[in-house]
Amino acid sequence: MLIAILTGFIFAILLFFGGKRLVINKLALLPTLIPLGLFIYFIRFIGDISNQNFIYKTYEWIPSLGVNLSFTLDGLSLLFTLLITGIGTLVFAYTSSYLKGHPYLDRFYAYLSVFMAAMLGLVLSDNLISIFVFWELTSISSFFLIGFNNDSEASRKSALTALGITGVGGLLLLAGGLVLGNISGSFSIAEMLGQKDLIQGHEHYILAACLIFGAAFTKSAQFPFHFWLPGAMKAPTPVSTYLHSATMVKAGIYLLFRLSPLMGDTQFWNTTLMIVGGITMLYAAFHSIFRTDMKGILAYTTISALGILVFLIGLGTQESYLAAGVFIIVHALYKATFFMMTGVVDHQAKTRNVTELAGLRKVMLPVAIAGILAAISNAGIPPSVGFVGKDLIYEGTFHFEHSAILLTILAVLTNVFISYAGYVAGIKPFVGKLPEKFEKVKFPSIFLWLPPVLLGSLGFIFGLFPVLIQDALVKPILWSIGQDAAEVHLKLWHGFTPILGLSALTIGAGILLYFLLKPSQKLEHSITRFEKISPKSIMEGVNTVFMMFSAFWTRTFQNGYLRNYVSTIILFLIMLMGFTLIGGTTYHIDYASFAKLTIYEIVILFVLVFAIGLIVFAKSRLAAVVATGIMGYSICLLFVFYSAPDLAMTQFAIDTLTVILFVLVLYRLPKYLKLSDFKVRIRDGVLSIAFGALITILALEVLAQPVNSEISDFYAKNSYLLAHGKNVVNVILVDFRGADTMVEISVLAISAIGVFGLLKLRLKSVERYQK
Amino acid sequence: MEFLLAIITGLLYAAGLYMMLRRSLVKLIIGLIIISNGANLLIFLLGRITKGHPPIIPKGSEVFTEIYADPVPQALILTAIVISFGLQSFAIILIKRAYQAVKTDDLDEMNTIEEDIR
Repeated sequence: MLIAILTGFIFAILLFFGGKRLVINKLALLPTLIPLGLFIYFIRFIGDISNQNFIYKTYEWIPSLGVNLSFTLDGLSLLFTLLITGIGTLVFAYTSSYLKGHPYLDRFYAYLSVFMAAMLGLVLSDNLISIFVFWELTSISSFFLIGFNNDSEASRKSALTALGITGVGGLLLLAGGLVLGNISGSFSIAEMLGQKDLIQGHEHYILAACLIFGAAFTKSAQFPFHFWLPGAMKAPTPVSTYLHSATMVKAGIYLLFRLSPLMGDTQFWNTTLMIVGGITMLYAAFHSIFRTDMKGILAYTTISALGILVFLIGLGTQESYLAAGVFIIVHALYKATFFMMTGVVDHQAKTRNVTELAGLRKVMLPVAIAGILAAISNAGIPPSVGFVGKDLIYEGTFHFEHSAILLTILAVLTNVFISYAGYVAGIKPFVGKLPEKFEKVKFPSIFLWLPPVLLGSLGFIFGLFPVLIQDALVKPILWSIGQDAAEVHLKLWHGFTPILGLSALTIGAGILLYFLLKPSQKLEHSITRFEKISPKSIMEGVNTVFMMFSAFWTRTFQNGYLRNYVSTIILFLIMLMGFTLIGGTTYHIDYASFAKLTIYEIVILFVLVFAIGLIVFAKSRLAAVVATGIMGYSICLLFVFYSAPDLAMTQFAIDTLTVILFVLVLYRLPKYLKLSDFKVRIRDGVLSIAFGALITILALEVLAQPVNSEISDFYAKNSYLLAHGKNVVNVILVDFRGADTMVEISVLAISAIGVFGLLKLRLKSVERYQK
Repeated sequence: MEFLLAIITGLLYAAGLYMMLRRSLVKLIIGLIIISNGANLLIFLLGRITKGHPPIIPKGSEVFTEIYADPVPQALILTAIVISFGLQSFAIILIKRAYQAVKTDDLDEMNTIEEDIR
């Protein structure tokens, strides 16, 4: 099974090497074999799965973190794998013709394969962490696919929006997974199921649920995160078909489905899903009737359909799960058909505007058939599978324990809008009189029209014989989320029930709306006026503010001035240390020790203070350098007083050399200018004094602590015995730490070479600065 | 005396930082020198100071017989003095060359002038 998942990744890498040949040698159909092979591989499991023989495979990945590549193939996974590979096969074939001769066709196939593999991994994984990894991979491949036309700015922007929304959702999924893993001690969903009560009773249950919701709602385009999906329609149509209607956007649905036996059946879970799903389905369905772009219409009906699914999962009854399971199949079949049909129309007639399109049946009859089949299934007209699905939805709402009437009205209203949108997108372009400008439209190639026709017909075959999907797919779905499926009988005809009445009402109202309401630019304009207050605009506003803030932040802290960096660091240090020291210090001044001061010490200290003052306030550079020398010699004398003759000697030599060097280069430099104004000097002065005070306090604090002289004692004791030297400092440097000293000498040598090089360097004339 | 030395150390740090915050490159280097002196003094002070007892084993004996100044900070500082000299000498020569190339020691002008040099 691991191989099956990895195939897509491997193929994508292979394309990297030999992909261009696909385009040159017209082998574009070749990649279709990958999803086809996988489809055949997975469809063989139907027998096992329908006998409740679910398949588990575990490969150790990061056992120390409890992250394993464990895969489960149960009813739910099987449904999704078949959708991914089945629709994948058709989309791959469709692409070969849709993007014929496109210079980046190989890239496109690579992205599609990566997506397919990631999606397969996502629905087969049992481990929440690996689900997260695959989840983000689908977001990333979606990003590349939406932005495939990377020379269009709108494309790039949509891709970024989609990545932003779904990527954040992925992080929420990771967080949710970590919370769940912390509660239950395992990342495996199968193992968590055994601890359902522990998880639901835990104080962090609400947090975990919110995080999971965040992930699912962003991925499955629920209100108010839905707006990335219409934007994602900038992608080439095969992508819209595959990712943004049939598979990827259902990842959120999958997650909710998968976790509902674990986290579901609580007030919070069900209510949230019902409210969010309910708002989404009605809001998006309502919006869809105003659109004139076929893909726009389909995008909004897709969001609406996803809303219906979330809503059904929220109801949480066996009937509603059944309805959701069937509706996933129904929706995938008709929506993919719709999209592929739209793609053909766009490809051949070069427009997707429904107000212009008409009468196309005369030039592309098979496409018209596909569109009409999809529209019928979408509207739930018998004998399509859509009718079966719609019936189940109504049964789910109608038999719900409370507010059944309200929920049913909501569902009916949504379905009326959706079916109207379906008629507009699927039927309107093909009926009526063919406008002149479309008379020259060419008949599409077989790979363009066959896939939608196939899918559309499949919707009718399953509608006429629902038993085909009943045992193979629908029952196992219910089993895999722990529901009873013995009584499930999918039927086209239920007899005269209230549900039938609702279906008839939906169909009738949809058709009525179709004849009353003509799509037009004016109508579309009436809704786009409200875009200012839509979640999309709010999100964009937040984005702008965020960008401004980060620009401000960067300009403030990364301003390119060394001294500002230094001040920032020092200021932060002062605040940090000052905060710690605020509790008070432990040092006590021993005034008695002042009496022991000799006159030499006092004089040296005064000289030192004077020298420091001179350096800081000197008007001429020479004075500053001389003062630096005085400071060095004073410290040198301090070393003499306090028993450090070696230091004194070194300091003396070094200080002399530094002053000489300085004086040597001084005469070449410009005048010693006062470059800063009074205010800046005060500011820097205050900062410097605070810093100095901090250092003083720190030094005093350390002095108040007891001293540990273990190392010194070792050196003192062994200096003569081991190294036969009586000057301990020298022995440490040349013997005990001899290697360090050697490295130090080489540093000096390198520095000397640098100095020598710089002195000898002759600038080329271009390097000289000319004002 | 420790108290006064701690204050002197703080003063060195303050003066060094103040000089480092100036726009002139020469002042930056002087500030660097002061701060490195301050650091040396800090290490020296924290190793505790002892008057008149250098860490040299007296003639005729093999180990110390009375108290002695801590040799470890002294070894550290000795290394530090030498290394900082390497840094300072390189920096001083670098200022000279930089001035020859760009005719300024104002850090801000050096910053903006970058594009003009090819």
